[in-house]
Amino acid sequence: MAKVLMKGNEAIGAAAIKAGCKYFFGYPITPQSELPEYMSRELPKVGGIFLQAESEVAAINMVYGAAGAGERVMTSSSSPGISLKQEGITYIAGAELPCLIVNIMRGGPGLGSIQPSQTDYFQATRGGGNGDYRLVVLAPADVQELVDLIIEGFDIADQYRNPVMILGDGMIGQMMEPVEFTTPKQRELSEKDWATVGTGGKRNPNIINSLYIDPESLEKHNIKLQEKYKIIKENEVKVESYNIEDADVVIAAYGTTARIAKTAISKLEKEGYKVGLIRPISLWPYPYDEFNKISDRCKGILTVEMNSGQMVDDVKIAVDGRFPVSFYGRTGGMVPTPDAIIERVKEIYGGEK
Amino acid sequence: MINDKRIRIITGHYGSGKTEFSVNYAVKLASMGKKVALADLDVVNLYFRSRERAETLKELGIKVIGSSINTPAVDVPAISPEVATPLQDESYEAILDVGGDPAGARALGRYVEYFKEGNYDMFFVLNANRPETQSAVKAIEYIRKIEDVSRTKVTGIINNTHLLKSTTVEDVLKGQELALEVSNKINIPIKYISTLESVAENLPNNLEGEIFPIKLFMREEWML
Repeated sequence: MAKVLMKGNEAIGAAAIKAGCKYFFGYPITPQSELPEYMSRELPKVGGIFLQAESEVAAINMVYGAAGAGERVMTSSSSPGISLKQEGITYIAGAELPCLIVNIMRGGPGLGSIQPSQTDYFQATRGGGNGDYRLVVLAPADVQELVDLIIEGFDIADQYRNPVMILGDGMIGQMMEPVEFTTPKQRELSEKDWATVGTGGKRNPNIINSLYIDPESLEKHNIKLQEKYKIIKENEVKVESYNIEDADVVIAAYGTTARIAKTAISKLEKEGYKVGLIRPISLWPYPYDEFNKISDRCKGILTVEMNSGQMVDDVKIAVDGRFPVSFYGRTGGMVPTPDAIIERVKEIYGGEK
Repeated sequence: MINDKRIRIITGHYGSGKTEFSVNYAVKLASMGKKVALADLDVVNLYFRSRERAETLKELGIKVIGSSINTPAVDVPAISPEVATPLQDESYEAILDVGGDPAGARALGRYVEYFKEGNYDMFFVLNANRPETQSAVKAIEYIRKIEDVSRTKVTGIINNTHLLKSTTVEDVLKGQELALEVSNKINIPIKYISTLESVAENLPNNLEGEIFPIKLFMREEWML
């Protein structure tokens, strides 16, 4: 199929439908409202259901229900709306159900602004809800990657029976870019024999639940979850690196910010600077090991984010004191420019190439 | 451009390139020494609106009218009362950049009293690479919906078929074929073929419509 031009938010909808998503429950919020609008128009055409819930809290609990019935289901929102969904998300994680949650981030805290940000990194990777749970968090940097990660995200969710979050900043949702829908590599997925679809009088009822009154059972459940997370960490790390074995400075950035960093790097190369890039695509599991490949001659790591410094904590964990780690960020919906990044890189160089 | 009517209304699906065309058109008119006002009626999109380029345009002597609420990123569908100025004051060359899709075109209905047959042009910007306007049937359905909600008539088609910075001559020619089909079916002329300067240079010169080379004002250097 030839390339078409789509807005990120529309492309999410098209990709989800392509992945077999039949149910969408959500509540509109800028800058992702084109997505529910798209689903309301397109899902009925494929025999699916779009439902605008009375609130985000209701929407995520509808997702809980549909996921429990074994259906491919998605919800989406932007930062404050995702905050409202946190209770449902931890229930879904606790009950081990697959679903896709899309967060097209806007400026915060609170109601914030409608412009792009990356301020929900902590919330997404550390768990905004209660309890020891993890989401698989995927952060696309362009609309094509967004499409590919949505399609693969449904498979990851099913494979591990775990919610997957697509974390994009407002720019990813609003930007128009050429995309192509190719048939993705499909994973071998087992039957959803745990789904609550009726016993037909032939077996005991399946139960979907996150409540364990008996502490021993709950500890057992937690151990099982942690074992699952360990396997995800081994299998599902996604990262793109550029020139890190030979760089004097390495930039760590994800999403839109990584693209701006790439423009900065190619401009710096023309001036003779050697700058590498580590772009985490999975934010959880985080590509800690990738930082071990950085050469010893590296003078420092610059983390660039559209927030006041969140992923920089993971960069420090990854680097473990080997290199100095600095941070440059813009907040409130302001987008860093390549030139501002270039200036910070030159500061790390300290005047010598 | 000289023959276009004093009031130019620019409509189309979001992603068609209305705003880039509107901004380039305004800049061209201003460079010809005209008194130009560009009114941004976009209440649908919240990013990439012409008001974001107000400073650049002001330096070129163009009057930019956006929201009545003085912040470029506001999430409130407010339109400035000043939009009426270039509609009433006939010394202005007026360009109305209307929001994407029929929902966005609704804002235009409020000004219908100013649009008399023969004193305005309404251009439909067409991008054959947008899934919603890839066929003549779909594009015409779009045109009709926009006409219905805005209570105005499309008077010209702009072939602005693009894939952003990777647009090729083939994209434009594919769009031209679609634009011709739409044009023949609803009897509205192709007024412009709007495309990147580097692509425009390589287009054949026997195409219907005036070739209108544009610069990208709305895309940052790091964008595709």
